[in-house]
Amino acid sequence: MVPESFYVTLSAVLFTIGVVGVVIRRNPLVIFMSIELMLNAANLALVAFGQRYGNLDGQAVVFFVMAVAAAEVAVGLAIIVAIFRIRRRLSVDDLSIMRW
Amino acid sequence: MAYAAFFIVAMIATGSALGLILRTNAIHGALFLVVNLGSIAALYLMLGAEFLAAAQVIVYAGAIMVLFVFAIMVLIPGKEETGPDPRRAARLLALPVGALLLLLLVFVIVGRLRGAPTGGPSGSVPALGRLLFTSYLFPFELTSVLLLAAMVGVLLLARRRA
Repeated sequence: MVPESFYVTLSAVLFTIGVVGVVIRRNPLVIFMSIELMLNAANLALVAFGQRYGNLDGQAVVFFVMAVAAAEVAVGLAIIVAIFRIRRRLSVDDLSIMRW
Repeated sequence: MAYAAFFIVAMIATGSALGLILRTNAIHGALFLVVNLGSIAALYLMLGAEFLAAAQVIVYAGAIMVLFVFAIMVLIPGKEETGPDPRRAARLLALPVGALLLLLLVFVIVGRLRGAPTGGPSGSVPALGRLLFTSYLFPFELTSVLLLAAMVGVLLLARRRA
């Protein structure tokens, strides 16, 4: 049986890769996929913790995270497509209209 | 044996995550993300969470990635992120900060895990279903409202202005 700390370490690695991806990439679609990567890393940690303490609440929370992620992806992609229709370009550096 | 399987799957997951953030082509990134989600489903199976492994494959690798690939096709890949990066120095700062974040996460979370007792194998699909429909009934119903609201919102956002 692999100890849970291995799973949690892998989850930390994946989460960090997601954070770095959000910061270094300019394509909003890739940034979105990096956010999915972070959500999955958190899910993995939750399942590992649930396994460690022998209850199912972690898995229930992961189920809800999946549902919320599905809704978030649908709305986010619709927003990106709407922005692309107006701007005809796709780089987060152009989207500074709401910055003070 | 279990260790070998874990390390193989962990290397696949890490490599595909790195591929996602390092390849400039968004379609390649999406395919790397599919590989990553599949390897995480395998890790769920190793942890004894069969229902979540199936849901991961159906919801993430099925539904969400189809949405992503569809959006990438609509938005004409390859025309973005060309040319030099105007803020290269600021973005390169992400690497040391990311390394610091990783050290912090491992130090805090994994450091606290050491020595605590390990619970037995938890989890069968009927037990999880019973939990979702008793203790988590209200959030479960809220999820359906959330999905409906997201669907209506997406229709509104995607409508062409006349």
